[in-house]
Amino acid sequence: MIQPILEIRNLHARVGEREILRGVDLTVYPGQVHAIMGPNGSGKSTLAAVLAGREDYQVTEGEVLFDGKNLLELSPEDRAREGLFLAFQYPVEIPGVSTATFLKTALNELRKHRGQSPLDAMEFMELMRERAALVNIDPAFFSRSLNEGFSGGEKKRNEIFQLAMLEPRLAILDETDSGLDIDALRIVADGVNALRTPDRAFVVITHYQRLLNYIVPDIVHVLYRGRIIKSGTKELALELEAKGYDWIKDEAEVEA
Amino acid sequence: MRAVNEYNEHVDILEHITSEDYQYKYGFESQIEEEVVPPGLDESIIRTISAKKGEPEWMLQWRLDAFRAWQYMKEPHWANVRYEPIDYQAISYYAAPKRAAQPRSLEEVDPELRRTFEKLGIPLHEQEILAGVAVDAVLDSVSVATTFREKLQSLGIIFCSMSEAIREYPDLVRRYLGTVVPPNDNFFAALNSAVFSDGSFCYVPPGVRCPIELSTYFRINARNTGQFERTLIIADEGAYVSYLEGCTAPMRDENQLHAAVVELIALKDAEIKYSTVQNWYPGDKEGRGGIYNFVTKRGICLGENSKISWTQVETGSAITWKYPSVILKGDNSVGEFYSVAVTNHRQQADTGTKMTHVGRNTRSRIVSKGISAGYSQNSYRGLVRVNPSAENARNFSQCDSLLIGDQCGAHTFPYIEVNNPTAIVEHEATTSKIGEDILFYCNQRGIDTETAVALIINGYAREVLSKLPMEFAVEAQKLLAISLEGSVG
Ligand SMILES: Nc1ncnc2c1ncn2[C@@H]1O[C@H](COP(=O)(O)OP(=O)(O)O)[C@@H](O)[C@H]1O
Ligand SMILES: [Mg+2]
Repeated sequence: MIQPILEIRNLHARVGEREILRGVDLTVYPGQVHAIMGPNGSGKSTLAAVLAGREDYQVTEGEVLFDGKNLLELSPEDRAREGLFLAFQYPVEIPGVSTATFLKTALNELRKHRGQSPLDAMEFMELMRERAALVNIDPAFFSRSLNEGFSGGEKKRNEIFQLAMLEPRLAILDETDSGLDIDALRIVADGVNALRTPDRAFVVITHYQRLLNYIVPDIVHVLYRGRIIKSGTKELALELEAKGYDWIKDEAEVEA
Repeated sequence: MRAVNEYNEHVDILEHITSEDYQYKYGFESQIEEEVVPPGLDESIIRTISAKKGEPEWMLQWRLDAFRAWQYMKEPHWANVRYEPIDYQAISYYAAPKRAAQPRSLEEVDPELRRTFEKLGIPLHEQEILAGVAVDAVLDSVSVATTFREKLQSLGIIFCSMSEAIREYPDLVRRYLGTVVPPNDNFFAALNSAVFSDGSFCYVPPGVRCPIELSTYFRINARNTGQFERTLIIADEGAYVSYLEGCTAPMRDENQLHAAVVELIALKDAEIKYSTVQNWYPGDKEGRGGIYNFVTKRGICLGENSKISWTQVETGSAITWKYPSVILKGDNSVGEFYSVAVTNHRQQADTGTKMTHVGRNTRSRIVSKGISAGYSQNSYRGLVRVNPSAENARNFSQCDSLLIGDQCGAHTFPYIEVNNPTAIVEHEATTSKIGEDILFYCNQRGIDTETAVALIINGYAREVLSKLPMEFAVEAQKLLAISLEGSVG
């Protein structure tokens, strides 16, 4: 039997007094693409942040296994080194640190963790050029401060570029499609599709079904008020697009 | 350029630095015997110091004049720093290593001192060969090791301790000492003038380019002994010299006063580059102990087309009060100030520069990068003054502040006095913060917090670090990382 990459069981998390995740269950196998949809404020970004290890959120119940290991007891950097990658909904700007320096540091940290020797400057530059082509990034960006003065679309593409560089086991994309025009959306989706492999999985968080025309998911989930209230095939996304979220909300309320 | 690329490649060094338990690495005391005069300050102490150093009568009189002036001066309190009152009578004003009689080569240097240097990572014998740096090592107050003398001598360059210069080159010393920082310039300069122990003297003759970076390592080593260095550098017409000053100091509890004076004189077409990495003991996390660093550094561009450039990386000291300045007297002269000042825990720094434009077409450039963490206070204080005579003066100032955490303070006090309508003075300032969002983002990419801070700091400080000679730049980068350890997370 194939072991899941990610197994979330009855996950509850809160900020201060406020419970935001209220019992999330999700199992992701290698090679799969899961989409998580849901109205604003339902807890999608919170789920991503909790998985990545953001300290603002307190896990009160439940467990998360990542490749069979207890994810919740790892530091954020160790989660990353174990192969968990989050493409941020709002990537930060880091003044004075070039994309190249930043990524070289990150990549060599991951390599160290895997017992590999660090890449030298030449090897690293070559890898950057190769992967940049995947998401149509101009190598001129490498020497610019990370995300500083980048447009929204450039920042999102830079996230996917980093994904391509760091080659994670599991990539969580938090609304990578928001703020992208159709051309940029295609570039991002093509990049992601090129990075799909039999042992890598994706969790694609999105507000719109549009992205899922390009990155075709195996399973679609609806997160609402901190719980996955419905899961289905990609047709579910189309149905949500056509009918909105209200009918599911009503279903959920009836059940609750 | 070479240096810039180097830092980009120095991520590995940072890794190393941040992975080890580095604490205050240089916090040890060496076991060399010391000769200390009793605490207190009066004319007899000054006579004792002068006699011990075998000084001529004019030098003694100069010191006594300074002492008399000092007695009527008040300790300045305008800086944005706070400390307990200093008891100047509780300080011992002179300490000299006992067996430090004029070594001619490294073999003659006290083995214990040499071990001290090894621990500091300054193996002199290797430096001679590898780095091409002439090291005039000052342990406490007396110079005990000098290298590359012969090579410098063949070019007519004088590089020796101040004591030796007073004996061997009295005319040069009398002509220039106190001309940039007069003995009564300020309270601490007057004190220094009265009791200065030793320091470095450098004279580069006309048309000579000093082929190596001149370097001095200062080290405070005797408990309760004030440190009063006196440095004088003269670049004659068309000469060039680059001088490096670096400090490390042993861990101790009691506050120590350090009041140095540095004077630079650049004649026509001459250039002086003065670089500092300051790493005096900053005190512990609660602010106990640490060095009081009250320094007067000033240069004068005396001749046309001359240039003076100060670069400083300030990571140490409990309190820093320091304004390396330039008087732009010669027409077309250039003054520069590049500074990174880091404060962490309870450290306080009030530092900056004064650029005084006197000659025509004079230009000055100020780049100040403050970094505050912990509960520290970091102030930039700068004055740009354009005198009526300074036609077409230009100044550009960039003052940036970076905050780590929300308990620290960053302050900027820029003063601008323009008395000539042709002047163009520009001032830019930014404040940024290394917040949780940035650190979490780095963590999510596999970069731990300490490495992330080091990475960001080095990016932020790059413009200043790139002005340092390369071997210094690497050391400075390490110091930045070390001094910010434990500031987040
Ligand atoms: N750090 C936080 N502090 C307080 N409230 C938060 C925080 N993060 C999220 N929330 C709240 O939790 C809910 C879910 O937010 P989020 O996970 O961002 O939703 P989504 O990504 O689905 O739009 C929202 O009501 C939001 O205001
Ligand atoms: Mg969101």
